[in-house]
Amino acid sequence: MSQAATLSQDAPAIVLDRVNKWYGSMHVLRDVSLTVEARERVVVCGPSGSGKSTMIRCINRLETHQEGRIVVDGTELTDDLRALDTIRREVGMVFQSFNLFPHLTVLENCTLAPIWVRKTPKAEAEDQAMDYLRRVKIPEQAKKYPGQLSGGQQQRVAIARALCMKPKIMLFDEPTSALDPEMIKEVLDTMIELAESGMTMVCVTHEMGFARRVADRVVFMDRGEIVESNSPHEMFENPQTDRLKLFLSQILRGH
Amino acid sequence: MSQSAAAAIVAAAPSRDRPPAGVVGPVAWLRANLFNSWWSTAVTLLLGYLIIRWGLSFIAWAVLNATWSVPVNELGQPDATICRTASPAGACWAVLGDKWRFILFGSFPYEQQWRPALCVLLFIGLYVVSGMRRFWRRELLLIWVAALTAIGVLMWGGVLGLDYVPQDQWGGLPITLILATFGLAFAFPLSVLVALGRRSTNLPAVKVICVLYVELIRGVPLISLLFMASVMFPLFMPVGMNPDKLLRAQIAFILFAAAYLAEVVRGGLQALPKGQYEAADALGLSYWQKTGLIILPQALRLVIPPLVNTFIGFFKDTSLVLIIGIFDLLTTGRIASSEPAWQGFANEIYLMLGVIYFVFCFAMSKYSRGLEREFSRARNR
Ligand SMILES: Nc1ncnc2c1ncn2[C@@H]1O[C@H](COP(=O)(O)OP(=O)(O)O)[C@@H](O)[C@H]1O
Ligand SMILES: [Mg+2]
Repeated sequence: MSQAATLSQDAPAIVLDRVNKWYGSMHVLRDVSLTVEARERVVVCGPSGSGKSTMIRCINRLETHQEGRIVVDGTELTDDLRALDTIRREVGMVFQSFNLFPHLTVLENCTLAPIWVRKTPKAEAEDQAMDYLRRVKIPEQAKKYPGQLSGGQQQRVAIARALCMKPKIMLFDEPTSALDPEMIKEVLDTMIELAESGMTMVCVTHEMGFARRVADRVVFMDRGEIVESNSPHEMFENPQTDRLKLFLSQILRGH
Repeated sequence: MSQSAAAAIVAAAPSRDRPPAGVVGPVAWLRANLFNSWWSTAVTLLLGYLIIRWGLSFIAWAVLNATWSVPVNELGQPDATICRTASPAGACWAVLGDKWRFILFGSFPYEQQWRPALCVLLFIGLYVVSGMRRFWRRELLLIWVAALTAIGVLMWGGVLGLDYVPQDQWGGLPITLILATFGLAFAFPLSVLVALGRRSTNLPAVKVICVLYVELIRGVPLISLLFMASVMFPLFMPVGMNPDKLLRAQIAFILFAAAYLAEVVRGGLQALPKGQYEAADALGLSYWQKTGLIILPQALRLVIPPLVNTFIGFFKDTSLVLIIGIFDLLTTGRIASSEPAWQGFANEIYLMLGVIYFVFCFAMSKYSRGLEREFSRARNR
């Protein structure tokens, strides 16, 4: 997966600079600042409702921020539609609930955006899609509909679908939380492989094993703020704040 | 396990393959559904008696005691006296033998009536072709344009050596099919746009217009819209620019149907999970790509039953043009039944009209159920 290398090596891939967001009067992102370097893997964790999804969704503008600056791959996110188009092409996203298109086959799910957005010829898009389906280890399901696959398979198709756009950055929002335990591993394995290929990744997850193995940095959010940001080892062995200690004790108990 | 071992197990335990006797089969079905308690038995027997009694007397009226033809009097007029004096009373099918062409084609010149007949066939062919998924391609639009042009030429004439037939001589089934087909063919796309507009978040003006349109039109009976189209509308038009009555009724009809269909479509849009919109956005699809490739295909499938329900309703509502003097199928039937020679045989005529309407509506309903089944099979959910 060499396309990740095309991000320029020196400029950061993602910059969030004192980002603020409100839903009505609820302050959900408070002065969030985060820089993700090219080829860096960042894991975001934190209690439910702490604003993790909101933050990650601001990066590809599924949500809009109200204050501060977000720069993705050198392009600032504004109301400008052209900037939005550029960024959506470069940023792939995987959702908790897969969000595959149920009326299209697995292959059609994967070729739709390359054909319509990147204007790739159909045959070429299908070849590429099959490549990625092989990489996530389900080429034999290409002609099936999403409803015929297991959750783990669906999530791997969702990853392949995002990769087919050849993004420079991948966002994951709790990709394994909706899965039965026996399927979590197959999805994590796919993500580990992707991480090892050098993809720039921002990943909301509570899979601490995954974080330890691939993350360059773990970010802990609580009540809309980034509370701590550190290497996985430091983060888990040496938490600085009471909030993180509490959170870690809770998820460790839960597992 | 080897095949023979598997076969042996099947052979050894045949009774597990099917439920015990007495649970399936017609007798079991009857017992479970019609005779499962004393009072269900009583209701079954009572209804059965009524149905058979009514059915028998209908057959007696429609077949056994029916009159199939009547003599012609010295003026060349049919003389229905034998129908009127028949005892016991039976249907007088002779009225249909005499009037069927008027009912189907109105006062279209008699020797030219092959033209509207051909139009009806073209319409039916168009429905059949449009119904086949094999033809769901861009070319279908061309087929529609070609067929509708051909229908226009056949009805109006004035070209290709066909005599010109002014529109006030058209009537019967072609009028009904024209109103219904053009009506739904234009109303449906319009309704999709209105439904999308109504959900638009970043174009508030469009949204307001769509909401107003739907609420205003839905708040008014179709009859009053038709009256407005036929009486009021010409008052606002410059002299000499007066689209004909059928066109005005057609437009009123399209606007009315679109408002109702828009609400059905909106229901489908609302039923789609938000994740579908987000996934399409995240992939970088534009608004129209997202709408055309992801949202509408799913939303419309979800609302096939209410959509077809509305279609069927509007097919029958075309008969309301009766009140503004357009000669649709129901109007020609009414005129035929009020003719002095055939006074008193409206039942026969309305029965024929009912059968025609039923055939079209039932075909729509059957087709929609097939479509639903096909889509749910494809998704296997
Ligand atoms: N569309 C929305 N409208 C209003 N409030 C929202 C919306 N989405 C999220 N929120 C609120 O914002 C806060 C942060 O949500 P979210 O980012 O989903 O948290 P997390 O992903 O960390 O669980 C929560 O309190 C949530 O209730
Ligand atoms: Mg979340």
